[in-house]
Amino acid sequence: MRPVSSWGRLSAYPHHVVDLNDASRAIGLMSDGPHPGLAHGMGRSYGDACLNPKGTLWVTTGLDHFIAFDEITGRLVCEAGVLLRDIQRLVIPRGWILPVTPGTQLVTVGGAIANDVHGKNHHALGCFGDHVQNLTLLRTDGQTIQCGPDAHTDWFAATVGGLGLTGVITQAEIQLRRARGPWVRSETVAHAHLDEFFRLADDSEADWEHTVSWVDCVGGRPGRGLFMRGNPTDAGDRPALPAGRRLAMPFVPPVSLVNRVSLRPFNMAYYHFKKRQTGQAITHYESFFYPLDKLLEWNRMYGPRGFFQYQSVVPRAVGQDAVEAMLKEVARAGEGSFLAVLKTFGNRSPVGMLSFPQPGVTLALDFPNRGERTCRLFESLDAIVREAKGRLYPAKDARMPRDLFEAGYPHLTEFMKYRDPGISSGLSRRLMGH
Amino acid sequence: MDKKKRIAIVGATSAIAEQCARLWLNNGPCQLVLIGRDAQRLERIAADLKVRSPQSDIRMIQAGFLDPEAINSAVGDAVQSGPMDLVLIAHGSLPDQKECQNNLPSCRDALEINGISPVLYAEAFAQGMEQANHGTIALIGSVAGDRGRKSNYVYGAAKGLVARYAQGLQHRFAGTEVKVVLIKPGPTDTPMTAHLKARGAKLARVEDVAKQIVCAMESGKSVAYTPGKWLLIMRVIQHLPRIVFNKINI
Repeated sequence: MRPVSSWGRLSAYPHHVVDLNDASRAIGLMSDGPHPGLAHGMGRSYGDACLNPKGTLWVTTGLDHFIAFDEITGRLVCEAGVLLRDIQRLVIPRGWILPVTPGTQLVTVGGAIANDVHGKNHHALGCFGDHVQNLTLLRTDGQTIQCGPDAHTDWFAATVGGLGLTGVITQAEIQLRRARGPWVRSETVAHAHLDEFFRLADDSEADWEHTVSWVDCVGGRPGRGLFMRGNPTDAGDRPALPAGRRLAMPFVPPVSLVNRVSLRPFNMAYYHFKKRQTGQAITHYESFFYPLDKLLEWNRMYGPRGFFQYQSVVPRAVGQDAVEAMLKEVARAGEGSFLAVLKTFGNRSPVGMLSFPQPGVTLALDFPNRGERTCRLFESLDAIVREAKGRLYPAKDARMPRDLFEAGYPHLTEFMKYRDPGISSGLSRRLMGH
Repeated sequence: MDKKKRIAIVGATSAIAEQCARLWLNNGPCQLVLIGRDAQRLERIAADLKVRSPQSDIRMIQAGFLDPEAINSAVGDAVQSGPMDLVLIAHGSLPDQKECQNNLPSCRDALEINGISPVLYAEAFAQGMEQANHGTIALIGSVAGDRGRKSNYVYGAAKGLVARYAQGLQHRFAGTEVKVVLIKPGPTDTPMTAHLKARGAKLARVEDVAKQIVCAMESGKSVAYTPGKWLLIMRVIQHLPRIVFNKINI
């Protein structure tokens, strides 16, 4: 047993940790140890979706083998522990790219499927699961299920976004997308309020593949921010970037560096600094998609008590009011979030029964864990999301009430039929009863 | 002329060897021969390497680790297309010390797989390299071979054998173009040490150890501790007076 934390660092319960290094021996390893277990990749989900306190974690990062790559069709088959980073580095020089990528590339393929992650191009290309052609699911009873958009579609719908609860994903086949190189033509536009944000988002939807906005939720009017949009571009033969030094947050400070004193000046400085850089630029994909990966272990900044992320999606019709209400609530509570990200989702339904994205607008906020105060704020945000008929993102969640989860995910009852009885997580016990 | 580096890896399914292979292929296409016992695992690794480097030639040879005849023929097969530039002998298995003490067959197995087998492979490759007057052979020893300790002296003795052998081979090839490198990894995060990690031991990242091995083979230095701090630690442990050493529980 050893303590394991998720990205939010809110807990460090002991886990029985087993490395799954070999898919052909996985079933033996999975039955070795106190049930129930849970597949665990890079542990990048923020709350308890990747944890199984006092139970077993089957660590999949040793399943890091590519199996086949067809450079003509762009089909990649790999084991589930391969990192998105390794895929990008392998395929971009060969003219392909992952169609969908989240804000960090330090996640496994299995994790990306199990949380059906999305990126800045959701309105154009949907979620990660939309591009999975096939996956291998290993159940704790020893059964292996091959599923995809054309085979065992029910298992596929349960497993994509299924939080690892339907079995262990051991390998996947992904349809990549043609790429013209590692460059992104990006543009940053400042917006003074939410009206402007929505106008920018709507205007950009047709012509820009990637859109996202950083919102300043401390100073100024609610909804002031910086709208970033980008398109893949052929930048000719620009020199490859020098391998930048990877910085890491070297220690956990005794208190959160993100706090009431630091937030206002930090947000203000960021807004004004970045505002001066508005306009067009050619950016390397790693800087464009994964700015936070440059500071490894940045989650330590929030100090020993860890932090929460609160990511909601609300339907577009009530989206502007709901987002404005949430930002006001955050300001009123005297809390603030450094990382406040706003994005409109495309008008498409996801593959997975429990996939998070739905048509509307999503807002992601980070808060240092300040105990009761933070929880009270979440309750008032919950009320807004509930009223708006929205939902929260399980991959980010450590505390949502069960009724909000049930209301937000109408396919939950259907999903429960596909659960693997030998698998359980902190989240499943909290939100599904077992 | 074919400029692809010729590389042979014995124990190619070991985690450290696999990472080394990835690094070599990253630097450009190679002619790679993977030698191992388990055909299925070899295939899995070969497929992965092939995706990473489609221009490389990757060949698998399934061979036992103990039978001298089998070793001879595996090495003969490996070098049939030409002498090797790099040979990495990486196989081994960390035995349970208590088991070795209580069960002589286990003790013998541990000595054979970690001591005798790497030596036989190195010796088989050394002949061809001597004739070609070219190439680098690296053997993976261990910090455990530097001083016998009660917690793993059977494994340590086998690795000590490898160290003394490497020393002799270096002497034999002094003044030639054949280089012999002895790698001494500290505890590294691999499947072999999973039980140590479960007990909370702090282990080196296998990617880092592999990078240091590839560098050491590039420069041809005679002994490389990976990570480097183990040089210092082992110097201290080696030179502790017995009266002090015997009081320490390591």
